[in-house]
Amino acid sequence: MISEEQVRHVASLARLGLTEDEIKEMGGQLDAILDSIEKIRELDLADTPPTANPLNLSNVLRPDEPRPELPREEALAPAPDPADDLFAVPRID
Amino acid sequence: MEGLLNLTARELSGKIGAGELSVREAAEAANARVEEVEGDLNSFVTTTPELALTRAGRVDERVRNGGVKPWEGVPLVVKDVLSTRGVRTTCGSKILEDFTPLYDASALRSFGESPVMVGKSNMDEFAMGSSTENSAYGPTRNPWDTNRVPGGSSGGSAAAVAAGEGWWALGTDTGGSVRQPAALCGIVGLKPTYGRVSRYGLISFGSSLDCIGPMTRDVRDCALLLQATAGHDPRDSTSANVEVPDYLAGLEDGVEGLRVGVVTELMDERIDAGVREVTSKVAAGLEAAGAEVGEVNLPHAYYALEAYYIIAPAEVSSNLARFDGVRYGLRVPADGVHEMYRKTREAGFGAEAKRRIMLGTYALSSGYYDAYYAQAQKVRTKIIEDFRGAFSRYDVLVSPTSPSVAFEIGAKTDDPLAMYLQDICAVPASLAGVPAISIPGGLSEGLPVGVQLMGDHFTEPMLLRAARAAEQAANFRFSPRP
Repeated sequence: MISEEQVRHVASLARLGLTEDEIKEMGGQLDAILDSIEKIRELDLADTPPTANPLNLSNVLRPDEPRPELPREEALAPAPDPADDLFAVPRID
Repeated sequence: MEGLLNLTARELSGKIGAGELSVREAAEAANARVEEVEGDLNSFVTTTPELALTRAGRVDERVRNGGVKPWEGVPLVVKDVLSTRGVRTTCGSKILEDFTPLYDASALRSFGESPVMVGKSNMDEFAMGSSTENSAYGPTRNPWDTNRVPGGSSGGSAAAVAAGEGWWALGTDTGGSVRQPAALCGIVGLKPTYGRVSRYGLISFGSSLDCIGPMTRDVRDCALLLQATAGHDPRDSTSANVEVPDYLAGLEDGVEGLRVGVVTELMDERIDAGVREVTSKVAAGLEAAGAEVGEVNLPHAYYALEAYYIIAPAEVSSNLARFDGVRYGLRVPADGVHEMYRKTREAGFGAEAKRRIMLGTYALSSGYYDAYYAQAQKVRTKIIEDFRGAFSRYDVLVSPTSPSVAFEIGAKTDDPLAMYLQDICAVPASLAGVPAISIPGGLSEGLPVGVQLMGDHFTEPMLLRAARAAEQAANFRFSPRP
């Protein structure tokens, strides 16, 4: 059973604001989903390796060479608060 | 103009190549059709009629000089999760309501500098959903019955193609989001092998699962659109550096001697009887066409949905962290940066996006990681082993695409679990990264049923050939829905 306190903790890890109503609803919904997922724990997979990529790709490297990219003014165009050629944010607390 | 809308993309392309028709005329026909039905369907978040005409004119000029690729002149619908230079891209979310990308997704590369695009199609927010009801821009309606959903998350693309608002579309498929809406709208939808089409410029949902795929009127169009989009891309390190074959060559060669296995676990009572019946009929049609048809087991398919609903939300919780109000998209002002993140994300994300972020963050958090995420990754290995076993005996696996036909709008919105069950037949192939295609197999309750064919990694030529034979056996004639 996921408590309201746990919901608040997970939301804070995710930097996600939730309304009081959302917090109340979320616990029950997560419980229902986790209950249905629970059955994967019945499988004994101690000797099975995990899969992260379906083609089993591991690191893909390329030469570290500079190349032309987006001009700075273009890259800043979608920014909510561009300032002095940078992305401005509120006080870092 | 009516006549144009009844052509397949390949037929339209042939007329353009022969000089019988201009790309501009095709774009005009698509625009007029959008104008006519969009009020009823809401297939698009953004329509781009003027852009389509301007760009069509440019392709027409190039047609006169020769060297235009066969797909370039056929107006295209693009799911609103693919970045399009200069055209806003919302992902169905309020958090990107005013976001205009600076480049085109690599999947559009072969359409040249300015793809002839009808518009950006509606979708469940960040591609999370199976009904297109999770869009901040209102639900899309199914052209077969406007009280019903078109499926999702690529529901806008599916509805647009089914209604003739363009000849074909690009969708994206993480756990069925191309195949299930294609099934529910009576069109063809392919999820290629993972890595076959570059994800660069696709706004990520589940990076180890996301695939861009064609949504088309028939299997030949599907092969052509795959040809246009497949290929390695240095900008996507997970794209496959594997040669791209000719997907149209051999398409009509039939299925004589092909070994076809019907997946037992995906034909049980969780699937509506009418859907199973159509699936069996298509399998029988393949047998009549010369295939050897048997039954096959994927024992861990019973755990696929559960593993998927851990892995996909885990990847979402990481991928959606980039929407923080700093570099693009919505920002809700606040005193400190953390409060700004929280308020921006609270205001910008809808209910399902929040639910998946929470689920994924929980599954990855300290104390739960091994029980959920690591276990799900191991189940994924088991599913891949199941497929490997199945493909040692069969060339193609067959199942339904979706457990039901299109359901009514609102029927599942209050029950996330009921909605997730829509994906049971689709997620095994997603987790294994194998290609899977849905073709219209027939009708049940007067609504289209999709039949899914799956092949091993990079066997798209064989899979498309089998799908072409299945489509002919099903004898389902596409025509735009009124």
